Amino acid sequence: MIEFQMPSLGADMEDGTLVEWRKKPGDIIRRGDIIADVDTQKGLIEIEVFDEGILEKHLVMEGQKVPVGTVLALIKPLKEAKNVEVEKTEGEVPEKREELEIPHPIIEKKPMISREIEEKTEMPRIKISPLAKRIAEENKIDYSKIKGTGPEGSIVKGDIEKLMISMPQEAEVTEPEVAEPEVAEPEVKPQAPAWDALRMAIASSMSKSNKEIPHYYLEKRMNMSKAMDWLKERNRERPIQKRLLPVAILIKAVAKALDEVPDLNAVWEGSLQRKNEINIGFVVSLRSGGIVLPAILNADTKPVDEIMEILNDLIPRARAFKLRSSELGQSTFTITSIGEGGADKIFGLIYPPQVGIVGFGEISEQPVAEGGMLGIKPVIDVTLAADHRATDGLVGSRFLAALNKYLQNPDNL
Amino acid sequence: MSEEEIKKTIFQLLKRIAPETEPSELMPEENIREALNIDSFDALQFIVAISEKLKVEIPEEDYGKTTNLKSLVSYIQNKTK
Repeated sequence: MIEFQMPSLGADMEDGTLVEWRKKPGDIIRRGDIIADVDTQKGLIEIEVFDEGILEKHLVMEGQKVPVGTVLALIKPLKEAKNVEVEKTEGEVPEKREELEIPHPIIEKKPMISREIEEKTEMPRIKISPLAKRIAEENKIDYSKIKGTGPEGSIVKGDIEKLMISMPQEAEVTEPEVAEPEVAEPEVKPQAPAWDALRMAIASSMSKSNKEIPHYYLEKRMNMSKAMDWLKERNRERPIQKRLLPVAILIKAVAKALDEVPDLNAVWEGSLQRKNEINIGFVVSLRSGGIVLPAILNADTKPVDEIMEILNDLIPRARAFKLRSSELGQSTFTITSIGEGGADKIFGLIYPPQVGIVGFGEISEQPVAEGGMLGIKPVIDVTLAADHRATDGLVGSRFLAALNKYLQNPDNL
Repeated sequence: MSEEEIKKTIFQLLKRIAPETEPSELMPEENIREALNIDSFDALQFIVAISEKLKVEIPEEDYGKTTNLKSLVSYIQNKTK
């Protein structure tokens, strides 16, 4: 029997609340399926499962808050389950049978859509899932007039989110001004608790970082002419949807440089522990405040094109708090980028237990002396903050040199 | 397509990216990205959305012509003539 546990989505996560089970006992579980929604300080996260089998039993009920590592459910592995037939009857534990034909759960993978198809009947009373109800209440959304798309017309998470997107002003901006609505709640908070929790998560990990990690800082200005030409050449041949942004090239160059200086792709847990995979955490700023840190897994092995595709998928989901467990908490190094129109330089704080963070400022045209000549070139100011317990300045310096080497030779990326 | 129609589409798409802002209050020569605090990723999404919605091809070297409302509208008008 496989024990499915509350995953850790970052060093600062101690517990999580199981908000909604997406799979019920008897359901077939495939690798990558979303098994549950868990509320963490980083918002609601869809939890994926990396085993295959049949969900045997829920051990934690919806609404329960449990520490990381708690067994949430038992999954019967496929080998054992081979002799078991899947009964679709609700809540029933499957019975023994000869053969198991596993239907390809295309519909299962997108529960929201499947529910939309199933939706036919209208219910006179408001049916709403616990999760949807909680989101609605937290955001003070009136759901009495919307039509649910869940089973039997019940309102599900997606419906509330749709409503929030369609009326973002009501949901976010005007909220603080709302004088006591009909509901006589004494404590009207200016923002949804999810935002407060996110703020607290950032506060706790950054305080820990600043208190415990002796940071050292290095800085290097890098000429971006070659990298920008490389991008321009590629973008010329592409439809607009496939165009690359400079950040994709920067992520790849950082990953390759880490491959050469592995002491920075590591964690500090009493001693330096190198990580085998290079997973780049990428700071995504939210318009309403706060940051989220999704990871680009194995970035050193992915072509720049693929990194851009991942960003196209990841950034909007990060901003909508729709990340999956596999995309959080696995980063081994962090990049923060202020991008255009912002600061020239950024000096980051390391996300513990990592040992380094690279900060990219704005790419701007500056006078650059080269071979005795002065020219105007696009440059970027790159900073590295690293943990002095784990490495010394020489390592950091090597890393910046390696990064620069890749940016000057983009064909090697 | 009339200037008003183009502007309306632009405002709609900007509003989608930056819902807490009021794009219709943009000054004609104000830098859109700076005024609405749009990063490079969202800027690209905006250009993609404009090109899909108004069926105009916007090569990368023309991005400079899309920075403010006035130049963007006239750029689209020229392209859709």
